[in-house]
Amino acid sequence: MQHAAPRTIGETLLKVEDVSLGFGGVKALSGVSFDVRRGEIRAIIGPNGAGKSSMLNCINGFYQPSDGRITYKGKARGAMRPYEAARDGIARTFQNIALFRGMSTLDNIMTGRMLKMNRGFLWQCLHWGPAQKEEIEHREAVERVIDFLEIQAIRKVPVGRLPYGLQKRVELGRALAAEPELLLLDEPMAGMNLEEKEDMCRFILDVNEQFGTTIALIEHDMGVVMDISDRVVVLEYGRKIADGVPDEVKADPKVIDAYLGTGHG
Amino acid sequence: MIYREAGQYKTSYAADQAIFPILQDRIGLAILLLVAFVGAPLVASDYILSTILIPFLVFSVAALGLNILTGYCGQLSLGTGGFMACGAYAAYKFATAFPELNIVFVFLLSGGVTAMVGVVFGVPSLRIKGFYLAVATLAAQFFLIWLFTKVPWFVNYSPSGVISAPPRSVFGFYVTGIEATSHAKYIFCLSFVALLALVAKNLVRGRVGRAWMAIRDMDIAAEIIGIRPLHTKLLAFAVSSFYCGVAGALWAFIYTSSVEALAFDINRSFQILFMIIIGGLGSILGSFLGAAFIVLLPILLNAGPTAMGAPLSTSTIAHLELMTFGALIVFFLIVEPHGLARLWQIGKEKLRLWPFPH
Repeated sequence: MQHAAPRTIGETLLKVEDVSLGFGGVKALSGVSFDVRRGEIRAIIGPNGAGKSSMLNCINGFYQPSDGRITYKGKARGAMRPYEAARDGIARTFQNIALFRGMSTLDNIMTGRMLKMNRGFLWQCLHWGPAQKEEIEHREAVERVIDFLEIQAIRKVPVGRLPYGLQKRVELGRALAAEPELLLLDEPMAGMNLEEKEDMCRFILDVNEQFGTTIALIEHDMGVVMDISDRVVVLEYGRKIADGVPDEVKADPKVIDAYLGTGHG
Repeated sequence: MIYREAGQYKTSYAADQAIFPILQDRIGLAILLLVAFVGAPLVASDYILSTILIPFLVFSVAALGLNILTGYCGQLSLGTGGFMACGAYAAYKFATAFPELNIVFVFLLSGGVTAMVGVVFGVPSLRIKGFYLAVATLAAQFFLIWLFTKVPWFVNYSPSGVISAPPRSVFGFYVTGIEATSHAKYIFCLSFVALLALVAKNLVRGRVGRAWMAIRDMDIAAEIIGIRPLHTKLLAFAVSSFYCGVAGALWAFIYTSSVEALAFDINRSFQILFMIIIGGLGSILGSFLGAAFIVLLPILLNAGPTAMGAPLSTSTIAHLELMTFGALIVFFLIVEPHGLARLWQIGKEKLRLWPFPH
């Protein structure tokens, strides 16, 4: 991981143009366009069922948009599989935790380094020499992530035994271990108490500031979203209804109507 | 009190990542190896070697193979018997076609052939999971056995359809054929098993093993962090089949010396599956515990009542065996899905605190 770089928001990293996605008769997304600039924290908000998670799934190749175009790092993408997105430097976490429950915290985060490890199968059989050296190098990188997230104490604990908040943190660790350029966070604070939320906010801001990682996140806690994000895009029923800096979005009557005013006071 | 890691500080990641990071475990393993390589051949009779220890070793290899596929990669397979048969027949063909070829290479090559067959039958795993995959591998089981029974080329046109291991030696000692002593067979088998177990352990604690377990625990998340599902699953099928193939070759050449395809029927597949369920899914140690348990149980059921002065008839023992297996599998699936290996681990954790419970 790099040293703290001055926080700068650069050129467009990801551009979503007119993306539509349908499941049978249901239109999950229709003609959504927005962009994510390098180094920023971009929030996607909207009521339940607005298509936020579907949007993330399109970005990391889990769904193929039925229409529209996604440009990442200046290149238009064709149909792609999630592992190809991972190779391009996109990592993500899930709304409902998707950790490998049978493995320890350490092993879970080590899987995040998978793409960076390339010693061949025969070396793996021996687990010696170059393979061991590689394993140790990546262990060091993983230990830095563990230090950063302050989860040293649970290194060897199977993640299935951890409380919810810590599991979320381990999942963030797994995504960070991949040293992504674009980090997608699907409701990183869902179901957390205030203290856990504050911790998570701190981690998100630190990741963004220290490593310069671009972050796109979905979150329901309006206070959090408006505080930490640089720009916010608002979806409703698969359409974009607002896009801009938090203060603009907060003042937008359509947003108040659709979301802030009614559902959440 | 005795089993404590207190005071054993790890100062490097290499030491922390060793197979046996705790000193007592290393001592235990050294003693175990010493007993297995030196003690057992000195003490054990021919009978014990050839009816208990050698089958235990052969079953352990098969259980390791299935555990890699089912326990580590989460792909349920009922084709173990078929893959073992594949290894046995491949070894027979290699050994008879190239009499000069060292038997070690014959076994490794037959494992290689089985790995390729396994990959072919593993292709459906990209699309289907769980029970449906089990049914697909069942097709492998029945197809392979049918093939070896029906095509006389595999048995070199022997009219009985039985393959007999030709005599082969390693370092001047016969390890197959009638001249081989059970001691030579045992040491040969044991060396093979020890190496294969080490390789399996190395694989599962490194990058490859983590990819397998990631696919097992949550394939969607695995794909999103960059693991290619098909590659990973097929690699598991290949490695697993390699082990099963070697186990089949060892079975045919070392354990029974002559074998027909029916020795590897569907019951064999279930037997190996029981071993890994009872021993522990996703555990190298569990493969050995399960194999030992299933090899020893019939013997204990036989010897126990006789020793107590109430000998049972053979058919009663056979029934008792089935009932015990059934009950134990239900028990383990409900109470301890990670099997004997997990019980062992819990025991060790308890021992660390003993005699102070807190």
